Amino acid sequence: MPWDEGLVNSLVYDAPSPDEGRVLAYPKAVHEALDLALGRDARVLVLGQGVDDPSAMFGTTRGLKEKYGGERVFDTPVAEESMTGVCAGAAMNGMRPVLMHNRPDFILLTFNQLVNHASKYHYMDNGLSTVPMVVWAAIGRGWGSGSQHSQAIQGLLLGVPGLRIVMPSTAHDAKGLLLSAIADNNPVLVFEHRWLMRKDGIVPEGHYTVPIGKGIYRRRGSDLTVVGASHAIELAHQAAKKVAEGGIDCEVIDLRTLKPLDEAIIAESLAKTGRLLVVDTGWAMGGVCAEIGCLAAEKWFASLKAPVRRIGLPDVPSPAGYALEQFYYPDVDRMATAMREMCS
Amino acid sequence: MIRYGYSGPGFDAWRERLGGYDRAFLIELFRRMLRIRLIEEEIERRYHQDQMKTPIHLVIGQEATSVGCCAAMRVSDLVYSSHRTHGVYLAKGGDLKAMLSEMHCRANGCAGSRGGSMHLIDFSVGMAGTSAIVAGSVPIATGAALAAKVQGADRAIAVFFGEAATEEGVVSECLNFAALKQLPIVFFCENNFYSVQSPLATRQPERDLRRWAEGHAVNAVRVDGTNVLDVYEASKDALGRARAGAGPSFVEARVYRYRAHGGAGDDSKTGYRDVAEREAWEKLCPVEGLYGLLAGARLLDAADRRAMHDAIMRETLEAFEHALSSPDPVEADLYTHVYAD
Repeated sequence: MPWDEGLVNSLVYDAPSPDEGRVLAYPKAVHEALDLALGRDARVLVLGQGVDDPSAMFGTTRGLKEKYGGERVFDTPVAEESMTGVCAGAAMNGMRPVLMHNRPDFILLTFNQLVNHASKYHYMDNGLSTVPMVVWAAIGRGWGSGSQHSQAIQGLLLGVPGLRIVMPSTAHDAKGLLLSAIADNNPVLVFEHRWLMRKDGIVPEGHYTVPIGKGIYRRRGSDLTVVGASHAIELAHQAAKKVAEGGIDCEVIDLRTLKPLDEAIIAESLAKTGRLLVVDTGWAMGGVCAEIGCLAAEKWFASLKAPVRRIGLPDVPSPAGYALEQFYYPDVDRMATAMREMCS
Repeated sequence: MIRYGYSGPGFDAWRERLGGYDRAFLIELFRRMLRIRLIEEEIERRYHQDQMKTPIHLVIGQEATSVGCCAAMRVSDLVYSSHRTHGVYLAKGGDLKAMLSEMHCRANGCAGSRGGSMHLIDFSVGMAGTSAIVAGSVPIATGAALAAKVQGADRAIAVFFGEAATEEGVVSECLNFAALKQLPIVFFCENNFYSVQSPLATRQPERDLRRWAEGHAVNAVRVDGTNVLDVYEASKDALGRARAGAGPSFVEARVYRYRAHGGAGDDSKTGYRDVAEREAWEKLCPVEGLYGLLAGARLLDAADRRAMHDAIMRETLEAFEHALSSPDPVEADLYTHVYAD
């Protein structure tokens, strides 16, 4: 069995109804965004290790090299740092590259070019340079991916000025946010999640964008605000449905973008519920959970009726073994338990 | 003890070749080098006044590399630099007043006081970017070359870096990629034998950097970094190859830094290199070397040089006055251009 597919397939997603619109597989939605962007704008490049191989980056890049040519869609040397800098340099000179990584772990090799260079040139040059580039990667989880193949590193990048961080949780948003990211004039990180790759969604045809920096209510409720993004908010959404049977009415906010952070939507919801649960696919310490928890203490203390809770990863590297993974990762039941405790 | 001596061929052979150049071109090469030298000396003279609250990395002794290479570039060609920016910026034609305003941290500096001396830019003349991280601008420049190729633009790129950058993995990555894609770029390595105070021998095995570059399938040459004409010819060839679609080149120019890695004055007396070594290289001064060649051929005399010197000093002092009388940024300036619209 291809690794982690067993677990991914075991996930139960709400199947979208064709009555609501066109049902599309998640990777196909990403593919459509890349295809549209390449077709609309000759400045767009798509590159990364294996973008033209038979796996085609989860299928998201399939056929694009044949359609747009090897000068605009190409496999790269196994040289993450330089390719990130090459993208920044090309972006500063009129191109709009999309650099794709199989996993965010490989982005750790690129921090010099990403954090020291791409994120700062516009500022250091007093606005003369712009660096319109996208770095895309899909977070892994389970099936023994372990410490170096399943890291969710958005927390490490959250504090870097000049970057944008996008984390879709639906096929619709994956397409619309990627199109926004490619059109944006700043370096944008798009973190997908491998387990969301199996989630079909209602995806409109043609070009549309989802705005960067705007969260969305996935569920309205009055007892508890749950906030997060990507696969974590998918799990939280499922947990919210579960606790609703017991009469707990959660409001679920999918941030869709971590940087810039839609503080207004969190404040609005918290003013109503007074309880905040922050969920994230990354480490709780110093990351997304910590930042939003701190904002609650700093700005929205008067709204709080109960202590803020965080559900992220423990301060531990990802284990590889199956049994250890079950203790490590949050799941629907653990989130539901936290929701009940907070409202008891 | 002289650990790293001069091994170049000297100027003798160039006497017979001078006839192949326009006199005005030769004099302009000299004027550009002299101008960089005099501006650098004025910066150094004033540095202790603490008006320039920015690190400085003087290029005194290394004027021939930037002037020789940039003389072979078009305005539309782009040059990228390391932290040692002053020479490349001025050689490419960067605005002196904007440079000195930047070094005085003023609002009208070339980077609005966000860059300082290590981030001198002037897009109007193709001074396109720098990095304060060793080798940091090499992939950026390689990306600029990729853009030029994809766009079909008649534009060549040169990137300057020190020999220590060849110890950074990312430069190997860039040579590989530039050769793979046959990008229009010149990797210009100024080998001055020291990284801060670390000699080459503690950082690299004995090797020929040309062979190292050739191992990445990149055309490689070595030039005499004290001889602006040698640098010019090699750069012209390399840029010509780039423009013709023949791919990247690596140019190693052996030079010597007369001053400390950073700041004013020489720090040889701290013991990491022998003062005698510096003094030996000072006898090979690129400015005086070209002057001797041109004066010997009666293309330039002391009176010409004096007039040139005076004009440069007038321009330099005026630019310092401009910088010193320019406004500081205000608090609101801190928050602009973090993100592009």
